[in-house]
Formats: sequence, C-alpha cells, structure tokens
Amino acid sequence: MSRYDVLIAGGGNAALCAAIAATKGGASVCIIEAAPKDWRGGNTRHTRNCRIAHNESNGILTGPYPVDEFWDDLQRVTKGHTDEELALLTLEKSAELWDFLSDNGVHFQPSLGGTLSLGRTNAFFLGGGRSMLNALYITAEDMGVTIHYDTCISALEIENDFFTAAEATHNWQTDTPQKDRIEARSFVAAAGGFEANIEWLKEAWGPAAENFLIRGTPYNTGGVLRLLLDAGVQRVGEPDQCHAVAVDGRAPKFDGGIVTRLDCVPFGIVLNAQGQRFYDEGEDFWPKRYAIWGRLVAAQPEQIGHVLIDAKSFDLFMPSVFPPEKADTLEDLAAKIGLDPATTRASVNAFNAACIPGDFDHTIHDECHTVGLDPPKSHWARPLDTPPYYAYTLRPGITFTYMGVRVNRDARMVMTDGKASPNLFAAGEIMAGNILGQGYLAGIGMTIGSVFGRIAGEQAAKAVQN
Amino acid sequence: MNLAALTTAPQEEVARQMGVCNACRYCEGICAVFPAMELRRTFAGGDVDYLSNLCHNCGACYFDCQYAPPHPFAVNMPSAMAALREESYARHAWPPAAAHLFERNGLTITLALIIAVAIFIGGFVWASDPAALFASGLEAGAFYRVMPHNTMVAIFGGALAFAIFASIMGVMRFWRAAGPMPVTPTSLWRAFGDAAKLRYLDGGGMGCMTESERPSDRRKLYHHLTFYGFLLCFASTSTGTVFHYLLDWPAPYPWWTPVKIFGVLGGIGLTIGAGGLLIEGARKHPALNSNGDGGLGQAFIWTLLLLGTTGLILTVLRSTPAMGILLAIHLGVVFAFFVTMPYGKFVHGLYRTAALIRHAHEQAQIK
Repeated sequence: MSRYDVLIAGGGNAALCAAIAATKGGASVCIIEAAPKDWRGGNTRHTRNCRIAHNESNGILTGPYPVDEFWDDLQRVTKGHTDEELALLTLEKSAELWDFLSDNGVHFQPSLGGTLSLGRTNAFFLGGGRSMLNALYITAEDMGVTIHYDTCISALEIENDFFTAAEATHNWQTDTPQKDRIEARSFVAAAGGFEANIEWLKEAWGPAAENFLIRGTPYNTGGVLRLLLDAGVQRVGEPDQCHAVAVDGRAPKFDGGIVTRLDCVPFGIVLNAQGQRFYDEGEDFWPKRYAIWGRLVAAQPEQIGHVLIDAKSFDLFMPSVFPPEKADTLEDLAAKIGLDPATTRASVNAFNAACIPGDFDHTIHDECHTVGLDPPKSHWARPLDTPPYYAYTLRPGITFTYMGVRVNRDARMVMTDGKASPNLFAAGEIMAGNILGQGYLAGIGMTIGSVFGRIAGEQAAKAVQN
Repeated sequence: MNLAALTTAPQEEVARQMGVCNACRYCEGICAVFPAMELRRTFAGGDVDYLSNLCHNCGACYFDCQYAPPHPFAVNMPSAMAALREESYARHAWPPAAAHLFERNGLTITLALIIAVAIFIGGFVWASDPAALFASGLEAGAFYRVMPHNTMVAIFGGALAFAIFASIMGVMRFWRAAGPMPVTPTSLWRAFGDAAKLRYLDGGGMGCMTESERPSDRRKLYHHLTFYGFLLCFASTSTGTVFHYLLDWPAPYPWWTPVKIFGVLGGIGLTIGAGGLLIEGARKHPALNSNGDGGLGQAFIWTLLLLGTTGLILTVLRSTPAMGILLAIHLGVVFAFFVTMPYGKFVHGLYRTAALIRHAHEQAQIK
C-alpha cells in the first residue's frame, strides 16, 4: 500500500500536465500508466501539434489566431454540440500553453512540409508528440513524480462522491499481476477514451465496429471510464461520436498513426464493395473533408472503400506508407482489389462521361466537375483514362472517442445528481466530449488535454490542502 | 540493367524506413535528412547513400519516433543509416579492392599501427646510429639525426598524397552515385559552415540523444574538441614545414612559436575529445548501434587518441633519452593514420561534407 496527495490514471499529455501542475501546487503525485514504457503516453505519441489562440505571430506561428476566430471554428465543426462555458475556457486558456509547455521542456518548430496548412493556428512539437511526451516525462521525473508503467487501475473506492483509494494492478499483462492499494486525497482520470475496446464500440456501431481500425494506442480500452460511470459520474457525449477518418485499409489494427492517412480521395473516385460511388469526392479540400470520410466508409457494406486514380494524379498528394495496387487496365485493377471488373468499368465510364472539360488546379476549387451524375463530383473531376491505374483501400480509422465524464470548469467530475465531486477530476480524451460533442478541429484534442490537465492538476493540489 | 539487384541490403532497409518517414514527416524539424527526404517519393541507390551520409547520428529521431521498435514498422533511422554509411564507404572505396579493408576495420587499423611503428623503430636502428634512438632532443636538429628531414617529408608527403588522392576518388564515386549536381560557391560556403558548426548534431535544438531520451550536448562538444584539435595539429605540422623551408629554422621550436602552441593545444583537444567520444560511445543506447558495425568508429577514435597522446608525450619527454623511441612511435602512428585514412571512419567527414554540399544546393533550388 502507498499514499500520495494526487493519484493520476493515464500517462499521456493530459496526465503529465496534471502531474506537473499538481507538483507545482505542492502535492506529491503518482502516475499510473497501463502501457509499458516503450508504449507510454496513449494517443499523445501519435500527435504532432496543439491548436492555440494567440493575438500575434511569434515567428513560428505565422499569424494571429484570436479566441474569437478559434470560437467560430469550433462552433462550425461541432454545430453547437459543445458546453459553451468549458469551450470558451479552453480557448482562452489555450493562449497560455506555448509558455507552459516551453517552460516544461517542449520545443516547437515551424510547420514545414505537411499537407495541412496549420502554420498559423497550430503549434507543432519539434519531433512530434512522442518528443513532446519525452520532454514532459523528463520534467515530471525531475520533479519527483512517481511513475508506474505496466499498471492499470482495477478498482476505485468512491463513497458519497468522495475518492479515497484505488486498486492498482502492476504487471497486469503478465501471468503474475500484483494488486496494490493506493490511497490518495485527489484522483485525476486522464486515461483516454475507449476506442480500443471493440466490444464497447459494437454497442454503439453494431458488428460494423469489427472492421474499424484503431489509429492510436491499444491501451485506451475505457477501463477507468467504466469504473467512473459505474460509480455514479455523469456521462457526457454519445458512444458513437468519435474522430473517425478514412485510412489505408492495410494498416495494422492498432497504432498505425499518421502514416496510414491517404490524401488521394479528391483526385479520383471512391467505389464501395459493390463497385458503386457513394459520395462527392471533390466536395472540398481534403483537410476540410478527411474527417467525414471515416463515417462515410463505415456506412458502406463491409466498411470498405476503394480509391481509384490514374497516372495523371499520382504525384499530387502525400506519399502513402503502403504502395498502391497498380494495373494497366481498369479491369485488371478491379480484379486485384476484389471488385467486379464489369461494374467497376461501368462506374468509371459513367463518371468519365459526366466530367466536363476545364482547367484542373488542385490548389483551388477548380471548375472541373461532373454534370448529371449522382452523387456528383464538384471539383477536380478528370476522367480516369491514363494508365497505369492505381487503387488504395479505405477503412474507417478511429482516432478517439468523445463519450466521457462530465466536468465543470475546475475539471471536477459532475455526478449523476448534478453535484460536483470534491476530489474527482478528469482531463483529456476522457472528458473531451464536454467540448467536442461532434466534429473535429486539428490539434484541439491536445489543447483540451493540456488545458484541462493543468486545471485538474492545480485543483487536485488545492483540494488536498482543504 | 536490373536496378533492384544492384540495391544492397542496407540500402533496402533505409529505403523501407524512408517510406514510413515520408508518409509521417513529424521529424522534419530535427535535421537535414527529413527535408531532403521530402523532395523524393522513391528511395534507391545513390539517393539513400546520400541521405544516410547527411545523417549526423544524433539519435533524436529514434527516441522521438512513434514507429520505433517494438512498433511493427520498426523504424530506427540512426541505426539503419549508420549501417548504410559504413557499407557505402566500402562500396565507393578506391581502389575497389580496398573495400575489404572496411570489414574488420579495427583489425586492419591495429595491424597498420603495429607494422608502421615497428618499421619506424627498425628503420631508425637500421638507417642510422642505433644510439640515436636513445638520444635526447634538446639540441638543434636532434629529431633529424634520428630521421633526416628530407626523408621524413618524402615518406609522409607521399603517404598523405596517396591518402588524399584515394579519399577524393572515393568521395567522387559517392557523389556520382547520387546523380549529377553542380557545386556552387554558395552551397560550398553553406555546407562548410554547417559542417564546422556541426549544425545537425543537436537533435534540432534539443541536443543529441545518445544514451536515452534525455538530451545531452556532450558528443557535440567532444567532436568539436577532436575535430579542431586535429586541425590544430595539422596547422602545427604545416607551420613547421614553413619554418623549416621558408624561414630556414629547423626544429626544435620554443614554446611560444605557432608550431608549438598549435601542436600542444591540438594534442590536448584531440586527447580529451577522442577520450570523451570513446566514453560516449560506450554509453550509447544499444538500439543505436548499427548491425553492420565493423568497429569503424572505435578504430578511428583510438587512432586519434593515440595521435594526440603520443604527440603530447613526445613533447613532454623530448629532452629525455626516450625521445628517439617516442618519435618512432609517434611517426609510426602518424604514418598508419595517413595510409588508413581512405579506408576507415576518417572518410565520414568527407562524405558528410559532400552530402551537406548536395543538400545546400538542393534546398537552394527549391527556394
């Protein structure tokens, strides 16, 4: 048995910001991370930036991004499904993150060769999210934070909304797990969502969830979330809401991360397993559309899509990690990817015939579109007629889930009776649904994690003193 | 021509990993390798040789990588590129038969050292009065009674000229393998600046990560001491030659002459730097060691350490009867260093500078 002021479940960005803030607040802190050290940090290891409000360029961020504009962007993507008080708090406090993270060892870099034009709005971590994590871990270690890897929270002792202790299981993935009771005066849940728990996903999505790829950590199985909901913490968000993009169908089941992204959709057509098109591939620029394609593909038979492009477009998008299927005729290509050659040919012919001639320019909303085709392709529509032809397979890739625990502006969990717990706090994915009811803005997951991690750590340390 | 058959295993592994990196690009702020990678969609042959020699082995991208082992993508660029670098030195070596000298390089260089030192000691005994070996070096021209100056110049000038020629031939083969590219004064200036500052041996600003994810600037410091120590030693020898021929002032020189000041400072830098690099090498995280490690780095650093220490000891004990034998040992080490230069880790400086020149030009083209 051991005793700390603040016990933190989770080992990613939110957990570490909480640990650092709580330690600065005078508390003794213990972090419980379910993953081994090599896999620590949840989905933070797959991130690369956080979105932060700022009133002027700082040399790396290329221009101002005031809270008002941030707010408009958030309203647009969530369509109002957000807790306005918490959302505004997040955006206002995001302005402090550059200094907070820098002070704790994180380095930033200009956004250089990526495809997303986020240089003004998002602060990119030098070396990516794992580098950022390493810096925060070093800071936390040097501050004296106790860190247990390979350890999960297996039970929580909560009475009358008051946390007293947790049961931790060390080496839980081995044949010799050891149970350990850890008492603490505050508890911070920063253990991520439940996207790696396929059974739980199936409750919301049905059997289709079997075909989902999980882009991030396999350790986000929602164990702590389940314990909290069972203990009477109020749920926020819907179980089927998540950040889902269309990724390369050949990606590993877990942890494929950024490289499984495919940017070729606007340059070709997308067919489902029956060889039919099902959505406007050229509706808008890819960075503005990639986050809807996960759901689109999830709604198709077998949760699969096939992007077909021809030689004209091959060099226009970011290279893929897996080479595409390639053939000199559409029929051969169809056979390679398991589509009916005749249906595929018919779909391509219908598309080719509907393309009107125009000046192709993938940097603007160009005039190349289809006429009389359903669904239409609004931009960048060019007939597929130049071999070799290429095909990429799409699957829904889940980045993170939004359903979580309700919190107030002190990051305190709100119980089903509406009362705030005196010493239960939450930060990161496990409470992101308070702000992201639906939709997604690049980098906002990390912003919520850092902002609420800090708040949770500060408040947890304060709660200890009371 | 079957290009695939011409690809070596280390090249294939770097190319495989580059395929992952080029779809990720999180490391693009760390060093020159990743911006250079982004100019390409395929990775083969001389291109991966070039990219690997652009890598300064700071280790940061390994510790920063979400695809590093145990991830199944198993990305470990520092190790894969180190293996390819060593293989590329051998593949481009001139004459081609000398490529074998890179295998078991530690043994090659040790043998060269032993043989060279033995020959110098034996040569002194045979060519001059054996007593000269045990003479002290206080009086003017003492060194040259052990070995006549013109002989010294002929032997070492010849060895150095060969080393320079063979090294240049190797680097030119490396350069051509990556395709034609002009060498402009601007790219030369930039590349020399980047090399002199070791601009890319810093993890993009955080520091090298040799032992762990905790950054440290020690390797950069030791490398600077070694490199500038080496240059000072070279400057000392060069000024000595000028003194001898132009000023008609033979050795020994008093402490305040540039020959002495350069030599002593250089020897100290070389000794501390090489010693430090050996310690840092021993502390290196096991994942950062390359598979094809033929001991290139170790052999080279030990030679540099010997160069520095034998030179310093000779300076300190010059006035004792040990001078003759110490001079023989020092000259043997220098000679072995010269003749093995094109066939060991020494060439990393030339390859890397060439890669920096190419990189500077490439980047200037896209701006």
